[in-house]
Amino acid sequence: MSLIIAKNLEKTYIAGDITVNAIQGVDFTIEPASFVSFIGPSGSGKSTLLNMIGCLDPPTKGTLQVAGQEITNLNRKEAALFRGEHLGFVFQDFNLIPVLTVFENIEYPLLMVQNWPKDKRKKRVMEMLDAVGMGDQGDKYPRQISGGQKQRVAVARALVTNAKLVLADEPTANLDRETANKIIGLMQKMRDEFKTTFVFSTHDPKIVKNVEITFTLEDGKLLKNQTIAGGDHA
Amino acid sequence: MLNILKLAARNLRRYKRRTFLTSMLISLGVVAVLLFISVSGSFKGMMVGQITDSMLGHIQIHKKGYLASIDSLPLNRNLTAKQINKIKQILAKEEAVESYSMRIKLGAMFSNFSETTNIRLNAVLPSQEMKTAPLLTERIIDGQKDGLIKQGEILVPELLAKGLKVKVGDGIVLIANNKDGSVNGQNFMVRGILEGISGPGGRDGMIHLEDAKALLRIDGAEVSEVAIRLKDIDQLPEVFSRLKSQFESILNKQDKPVFEVHTWEKLSPFFNIAKMIDLMTFFIKIMLVAIVLVSIMNVMIMAVYERINEIGTISAMGTLPSKILGLFITEGFLLGILGTSIGTAISLVAINMMNISQISFDFGRQKGLMLSPSIGANDVISVVLVVIGIAVLASLQPAYKAAKMDPIEALRHV
Repeated sequence: MSLIIAKNLEKTYIAGDITVNAIQGVDFTIEPASFVSFIGPSGSGKSTLLNMIGCLDPPTKGTLQVAGQEITNLNRKEAALFRGEHLGFVFQDFNLIPVLTVFENIEYPLLMVQNWPKDKRKKRVMEMLDAVGMGDQGDKYPRQISGGQKQRVAVARALVTNAKLVLADEPTANLDRETANKIIGLMQKMRDEFKTTFVFSTHDPKIVKNVEITFTLEDGKLLKNQTIAGGDHA
Repeated sequence: MLNILKLAARNLRRYKRRTFLTSMLISLGVVAVLLFISVSGSFKGMMVGQITDSMLGHIQIHKKGYLASIDSLPLNRNLTAKQINKIKQILAKEEAVESYSMRIKLGAMFSNFSETTNIRLNAVLPSQEMKTAPLLTERIIDGQKDGLIKQGEILVPELLAKGLKVKVGDGIVLIANNKDGSVNGQNFMVRGILEGISGPGGRDGMIHLEDAKALLRIDGAEVSEVAIRLKDIDQLPEVFSRLKSQFESILNKQDKPVFEVHTWEKLSPFFNIAKMIDLMTFFIKIMLVAIVLVSIMNVMIMAVYERINEIGTISAMGTLPSKILGLFITEGFLLGILGTSIGTAISLVAINMMNISQISFDFGRQKGLMLSPSIGANDVISVVLVVIGIAVLASLQPAYKAAKMDPIEALRHV
């Protein structure tokens, strides 16, 4: 069964007299454990689409199923519970909580969202720290680590709850090319290891050379989807 | 909950200077209120104690209408033997009464054989009076204190003694009109000089009850008032209510009450000062509430504004709005706790320091009154609870705003 099924998806923003059709009649499906990117220029609707998949912004029209659940009509609390249970997020600006250590940042969703017991939580966080190559950095605060390391922590935080789907909006935009490739490689490795679906957006075509499925968006419309079998990981 | 508390504490530590300044502001308010309560409470307690324990007693019973004409000390409104017996019967049944004292109040001419002036006198039975006004002997600033007074002796008020240059051991004459208008005189020896205090009767002289009866040619039992001392002044409202209903239900042939019952509050103008002090305390508490409300709300609004992106992040991760609300309210709560803890500690130290320093002050004609501030646990707890409650209340609006924030908008915020 597909992890994401979008049918005739539309999103319209109205600001005074101006109506913006951010997403127009988009249909797509994404299978579990796939590695997918939405690519397109700025304003093409990538972030809007990711926000809709992430239950952060409801579509104006159409249906959207994620992890077997129709998410178009969830209220605020239901959406929060759904996100906490099924989704992980990686942000362009890393968005780590500055007052928490690396360990505590990764621990946050287990502690504040899923209420895991302490021992189980600690074990899981250590696993994730090792998985992203930050095993010896747990005590550091976000201000004490580099941008690439911050994004590794963000990936670990997104995966720590065994999320079915990780959504990453421009995860490499604030990183240099080499680090960006490493982060993409890390996400792919995590996909392989944890069978988690990764969906991310980018405006940089060079980043997606290793991505297996790429959806191209322009002016809110899906132009094509391209499958690259056996991508060359950075 | 513990996790929210921990995270809230971390967030407060994030802005150390702001947290420090806000908690100092709250502390300052708490210190101001607690010190004011302790100092004014000490002053009030001392004055009330002085008024009740050395003069008025806690409750007084008079014949109906006596108080309205007390300035003329009317002898024709004295309580009769029958009425005195009724009073004794009722007071004997009231367990809260520690003691009572029968008094005759009279006006007389005071002569030292070269000068003459008016004097107001309290005639008492020393054994009753010392139990009812135990601090009365403390007011004897010159002369023998033991036994208070004997027949043929007079305690002269301080100002009158100075004015007429009367000393302990001097002989004087009192001349008084009885209620029929005839005049009588009697020799007395000055036993002591009585310190004046604020309030009605505070500058009266004192003689033995039997001397007053002889001077006024009163046969049998007759008194102007009965002063009552309670075992516990905190029981005053209940006991007063009971006695008032009992005494005022006793009617004369015209179906009008025979007695009137009053607390010291009605009898002393200091009660109005005490009420003013209470009112000032209330307004100072209002100022504290305003300080806490404005400072916490300001800090929390800033905290929410500066962490919009972070709110978006935790919201996207699935943190429920109720937890976000709880997080920000907890931050306000902790600020309140911090401010009150520091403020209470400083206040208690300051109160101790004031007691060690033995601060004295003057009040009216009274010199060298010792200030001994103290504060009850109830006052501290009520101030602490009010401050913490207001801190939580002040955090509600910013916390609600954070909880209701649209995660998309919050994540876009730069």
